[in-house]
Amino acid sequence: MLSRVAERIYWMSRYMERCENAARLINVNTKLLLDLPRGVSVGWGTLVDISGGGDFFQKDTDNADERAVMRFMLADTNNPCSLISAITYARENARITREVMPSEIYELINDLYWYLKENLARGTARRERHILLEAVISRVQQFTGMLAGCMSQNDAYSFIRLGRNLERADMTSRIVDVGASRILPRAYEDNSSNEPYANILWMSVLRSLSGYQMYRQHVLDRVNAEDVVMYLFQDPLFPRAVEHCLGELADCVARLPNNDEVLRVLASVRRQLKTADFTVLIDDGLHDYIDNVQAEIASIHQVVAATWFLPEVQVAS
Amino acid sequence: MQIDWRDYDSGEFYDELISSPGHPRKVSRQLAKYLASLTGDDIAERKLSAELAIKTMGISFTVYSEAGNIDRAWPFDIIPRVIAQREWLHTEKGLIQRLQALNCFINDIYNDQKIVRDKVLPAELLADSVNFRPECVGMKPAFGVWAHICGSDLIRDKDGRFYVLEDNLRVPSGVSYMLENRKVTKRIFPELFENHNILPVTEYPNQLFDTLAAISPRPLEFPEVVVLTPGIYNSAYFEHSYLAQQMGVELVEGSDLVVEDDHVFMRTIGGLAPVDVIYRRIDDLFLDPQMFNPDSVLGVPGLMRAWLKGNVAIANAPGAGVADDKVIYTFVPQMIKYYLGEDPILPNVPSYLCIDKKQRDHVLANLDKLVVKPANESGGYGMLIGPQASKKEREEFAARIKAAPRNYMAQPLISLSTTPIIGTKNAEPRHIDLRPFVLQGRTSSVTAGGLTRVAMRKGSYVVNSSQGGGSQDTWVVVEEGK
Repeated sequence: MLSRVAERIYWMSRYMERCENAARLINVNTKLLLDLPRGVSVGWGTLVDISGGGDFFQKDTDNADERAVMRFMLADTNNPCSLISAITYARENARITREVMPSEIYELINDLYWYLKENLARGTARRERHILLEAVISRVQQFTGMLAGCMSQNDAYSFIRLGRNLERADMTSRIVDVGASRILPRAYEDNSSNEPYANILWMSVLRSLSGYQMYRQHVLDRVNAEDVVMYLFQDPLFPRAVEHCLGELADCVARLPNNDEVLRVLASVRRQLKTADFTVLIDDGLHDYIDNVQAEIASIHQVVAATWFLPEVQVAS
Repeated sequence: MQIDWRDYDSGEFYDELISSPGHPRKVSRQLAKYLASLTGDDIAERKLSAELAIKTMGISFTVYSEAGNIDRAWPFDIIPRVIAQREWLHTEKGLIQRLQALNCFINDIYNDQKIVRDKVLPAELLADSVNFRPECVGMKPAFGVWAHICGSDLIRDKDGRFYVLEDNLRVPSGVSYMLENRKVTKRIFPELFENHNILPVTEYPNQLFDTLAAISPRPLEFPEVVVLTPGIYNSAYFEHSYLAQQMGVELVEGSDLVVEDDHVFMRTIGGLAPVDVIYRRIDDLFLDPQMFNPDSVLGVPGLMRAWLKGNVAIANAPGAGVADDKVIYTFVPQMIKYYLGEDPILPNVPSYLCIDKKQRDHVLANLDKLVVKPANESGGYGMLIGPQASKKEREEFAARIKAAPRNYMAQPLISLSTTPIIGTKNAEPRHIDLRPFVLQGRTSSVTAGGLTRVAMRKGSYVVNSSQGGGSQDTWVVVEEGK
């Protein structure tokens, strides 16, 4: 397949996945709110930093209120990480690649684009927001499902999976970061008299990834920070766990030509992830570790781009 | 609104659907009855679902404007335009005959130039043609065919006959809208397709692929065919993408292609892969910066060399536009006689050549009655519609004609036929034309019907989508009991 098309379809897939993940990230906070006692609020500005859009936020994130953050994360076209930007870019890339996908795929993306354009303004109110975010998640799931059900597992499909899993690994690490970044007032995390609330945060993190049941079946023990972090980073079976995403990447990469260098980089990232000791990190340095994981994920993207997307390709002998 | 055919009157114009108020033509009788049976709510609902389908299917085209490029939804009217199959068979023959003659002409022009030596075509017309490419002289493409895809514009005058208004031989567009119009109509009027015998249009992408595959330099069952697009900002990008998708071939931009040792390759994730046939949707002058416009970033350096050596096929061939010239057009009836020894099946619109002194004087004296067209513009740009122009505009045009007579021709204002569209209170007549698409390679074929373009503004004759035209689905209907 054409290098240019491969690049476009990879980004189309990343941006669609980003739509779903942005919705999930916002859901962590929104769901958390419902479980907290009266008078306790969550830090909204943290969401902006974690989404990676901090440079584009024009206000001080420490004092940002819910409304401003929601407008920024949902509907701000100047924020490349907002929901509206993600769906717009996904649609642009899909317009360029629609001839390699089943034709219904473009219709799905186009439909979601118009849905968001017409409804995003309502997403600053909590009730409406919930409906909106659930709709985004289910429509992206429909998109992913239709690709799985109707698209040949050819090179284009490999690039779609590549984009999806890279984006998903990145965003899972960011969502874990919400838990690690003291989004709750300190008293509610440290004070044992507030025990019922101590792990609410981590349950919200799991729920926002639709992973609560899967976690309970797998871990058995009650929800606690260390197990949740290990599960979301190192579990090979849960589809949104970082290790699972990297495993999917390895599978896609193995199907593509000239893959040596990409496989090498990928193996090194997975080795580091497997050997990370979260019993130590959970108390000290988790946030820095997560930053580091994100940098590793970015390095995978770079080697993917250098291998398959750059216009200068060697003459086949 | 509800449709009442008794109140629908196209006046002096030939109407496609009815012969006189209240009396639909035989072939349209069933459709007219059905439409009149719909309530106002039914019609509003069908209209809305058509708009939704168009939006969801992403059928769009780009309008270049001062406020930036706007991607607009395709303007569509839900009433189909109907043509009787008997009439269509005759028209189809005429179109095939015409394209065959045009291809004989192009091939002759780039090789022996017999038609000039035999004085059927004045030599100076050729010398001044801006679409004649000296670089192509001596080239002999497969089957002697240069224009593989032709979109001819047909109009119907008051007498009810089809006339050829022009032949688009460079990069004619619109066929994807023809195909999508049918899909939309099937979605909103499925019941009509059960009771009518309507010729399908879906074969076109297969026929196009077969036409292209047949001209491959390598004799493969499935040669590598690509569609070459200028990119997403081109007004017809939707169509380029659509055709690539329907044919199952790669849609490439110039930067995806590279020429090595006079062979064309595309850049793929596995390295360079050979290309056999290029269906190009880029004008000649942008194809190859080494041979034509050196500033072109849309083209492929070295492409022309590869083509001239016969290592890649290009459709339409570079230089084919020499016959897509409104002055050359006036000679098509002579070409048909000269090359095929036949009488033209489809007439031209009567035309006056400004290069001829006698005809030019007639044009200049009758500017208020004529339509004057530049030889080499498309999309309806740069023409003068005499009866609707101001005195000042006519004077300006007269000066231009005197300065460069070769570049102009004139035709009487044809009273384009009308067809009903959904209006505010009733169906309303609007002027239309028809663009069928003709293919020629190893064999020839014509689309069943074509793209009907509608001037959506009341009284307007301008049907071009870039200037506010819309369209309707076009039905070639088999009449029962014949």
